[in-house]
Amino acid sequence: MIETHELTKRFGDFLAVDRISLTVQPGTIFAILGPNGAGKTTTIRMLTSILAPTSGWARVAGFDVVRQPTEVRARVGVLTEQHGLYQRMKAVEYLDFFAQLYHLPPALRRRRPLELLEHFGLADALDKRLGEFSKGMQQKLALARALLHDPAVLLLDEPTSAMDPQSARLVREAIRDLQRAERTIIITTHNLTEAQMLADRIGVIRHGRIIAAGTFSELAQRFVGPPLMELHVANGLNGLADALRDQVQLVEHGSGWLRYRTANPAEDNPAILRRLLGLGVEVITLSEVSRTLEDVYLQIVREDEGHDSHGEPEPSVR
Amino acid sequence: MASLSHPYADSLARRAAFSRTLSNALIVTRREVRDSFRDWRIMSPIFLLTLVFPLLANAMTDLFITFFEENGAEPLLPALLPLLPMIVGFFPVSISLVIALETFVGEKERLSLEPLLATPLTNTELYLGKSFAAMLPPLLASYIGIAIYVGGLVFGDTQWRPPLVLVVQILVLTTVQALVMVTGAVVISSQTTSTRAANLLASFIIIPMSMLVILESIIMVQPHRRYVLWFLALGLLVTVALLVRMGARLFNREELLGRSLDQLNLRWIGRTFMQQFRGPQLRRTTPGAWYRTSVMPAVRALARPATVTVLCAATAFAGGWLAADRWPLPLDRVAVDDATLVENLQAWFELGRSNPGLILAAIGQNLRALALATMLGVFTFGVLSLIVVMLPFGLLGYILAQVAAAGLDPLPFLAGIAPHGVVEIPAILLAGAAALRLGSIITHPPAEMPAGEAWVRALADTVKIGIALVLPLIALAGMLEVAVTPRIVELVLAR
Repeated sequence: MIETHELTKRFGDFLAVDRISLTVQPGTIFAILGPNGAGKTTTIRMLTSILAPTSGWARVAGFDVVRQPTEVRARVGVLTEQHGLYQRMKAVEYLDFFAQLYHLPPALRRRRPLELLEHFGLADALDKRLGEFSKGMQQKLALARALLHDPAVLLLDEPTSAMDPQSARLVREAIRDLQRAERTIIITTHNLTEAQMLADRIGVIRHGRIIAAGTFSELAQRFVGPPLMELHVANGLNGLADALRDQVQLVEHGSGWLRYRTANPAEDNPAILRRLLGLGVEVITLSEVSRTLEDVYLQIVREDEGHDSHGEPEPSVR
Repeated sequence: MASLSHPYADSLARRAAFSRTLSNALIVTRREVRDSFRDWRIMSPIFLLTLVFPLLANAMTDLFITFFEENGAEPLLPALLPLLPMIVGFFPVSISLVIALETFVGEKERLSLEPLLATPLTNTELYLGKSFAAMLPPLLASYIGIAIYVGGLVFGDTQWRPPLVLVVQILVLTTVQALVMVTGAVVISSQTTSTRAANLLASFIIIPMSMLVILESIIMVQPHRRYVLWFLALGLLVTVALLVRMGARLFNREELLGRSLDQLNLRWIGRTFMQQFRGPQLRRTTPGAWYRTSVMPAVRALARPATVTVLCAATAFAGGWLAADRWPLPLDRVAVDDATLVENLQAWFELGRSNPGLILAAIGQNLRALALATMLGVFTFGVLSLIVVMLPFGLLGYILAQVAAAGLDPLPFLAGIAPHGVVEIPAILLAGAAALRLGSIITHPPAEMPAGEAWVRALADTVKIGIALVLPLIALAGMLEVAVTPRIVELVLAR
């Protein structure tokens, strides 16, 4: 579990992280999104006890990041933004070095690196120096390093960057396996599709502050409105569209189609269908217009920029 | 529970903690050393210097021996032969210093540092592991180089049989020199952000150490003075301890990752300096409030350095006193009667009265000496400032011991010192303590404060104490020395 309260980091006059409070339960994935320089990496570094907070506190796997840094680091697996491997080492040798640092028992120290290399499809590259690895291979090895000591908490910075689609899927499945195994996971990424696929909850960070947090549905509801439905009919609406305004929020329509928003699709959609069918309209399709995390994210950032330029109070952190 | 009540529980726990620290550090060391030995760019110059240079030195020595023998200068050979082993030992260290310089900054540049920082290693374990790894190749190269060179002389045509103590002395000197250079380089490596900057800063290590090797060579060719080299080795060992302490204190994850630019921020330096100089008061403050809220806290911060300075001054006084026995002055042959002394002092008094510039000269002389002590202290962790402050106390002890030994009345001498000394001595001790703090604070900056900021604040405190206390005291002492002291001596002599 990860808990932070008013976690703040200053570098001189620069406020890198501003009063972040969040809770990530075991078995959940929390994605931190934000532009470059927003404070994602600094937050991760504080949660790894590499940087000390200027104020506020954080507990990771039950340990305080300031008072118990060694305990925290022993229970956290980190995939850093720059995985920086030792180029002259081989994969097993590299993982064995970290296995020693994490004090893995000798039998596990021999077995675990090979298992992970096998799992990530690197078993064929045992004799290669890491300098000869492709970017994707290096990324997978760095992930293997983060998982080496089977940590309770995982902090993954761009876990699938530089990977081909097949490898990326492999890594996403590995992350889901870890989630099922009740690990607490934070990922920071610019890949919004991936974040939408993996994350249970999402936090958007800007200027060091979490400006929005919640599940994708909550964020979408809050920032881009209720779900948008699209209806197509066979024989034209013939003025019926305006008649539906009393039931739903009509967005736009054409001769054979219309779009409306509804906060309660489970009730409104069947009612609309019943009404149209009763009027003899032949419905071809009724579907939700997909809202992507990208739409939601851009809207969140846009609103926050608006707050900046108008000097209005910013939304609360949680 | 039994283990808790064990009489040696604490000691056992400490030993276990030490053993764990060492074991973790050695994991890092092993990896680093293995990595260094795999890098041909590092290994080939070390290999050449370690193996080829000693052989060249052997050939050169043979030529020298032939030349000396042909010119009848064989008696000089025992003095000259020990020179080259030191040089042979020094070269590989200076070249393999690149390993130490790369220790942290190299990893930072290659972006491999952060995963290491995210492991459960403590700062001490990481620092020690890296430092051991940086020490091993230079020392190994140095010892092998010396062994090849000396081996060539011992088993070759020369059949040199150096005294064991000389061999030990050369090895000890080489070792402590290497340790000074490596520990200094590790400190530089942890405080810079690029290998280029680290290499440039390394000249602050290599140049003084080269000069030291030249000094050692000068001493080495004078066999009866070689005992001095032991003191040099001791001094270097103290420097190693200071550098290790400084490195361990300055080393932390935050500094390593937080620092991204080696930027000289003059505006920040100026602002921090002025903030510390003014103290917590706002811009408009009265001198009284400034003394109370800014100067006095700075003086209180001098408690430890002042204690060290006073102890060193007392030691110097005692040392001077003891030295008087060994190097006595022929005071009994310098017959100066009291009347002549009174005349001299009257002349001095008149000179001072008719020439106020003399007061300025006395003040200027003291201020120059204190400024020099402060500047020297900055570059030597405060050690040379202490020595400059100790000198007058040593001289004082020496002169007073001579006076006592010659059976002269000490009162006129004390009268010549006390009137202005009452003011001047505290000023010297205060300035000495401030200089010591300024020079040494970089080895132990306060927690949560970067070394640079600690130094700028200590500089502001030193300037503040200099202006607020030392300058007025020295000015007063100068006036007393020129205008009052001669009169009092005159009175004492006229009794």
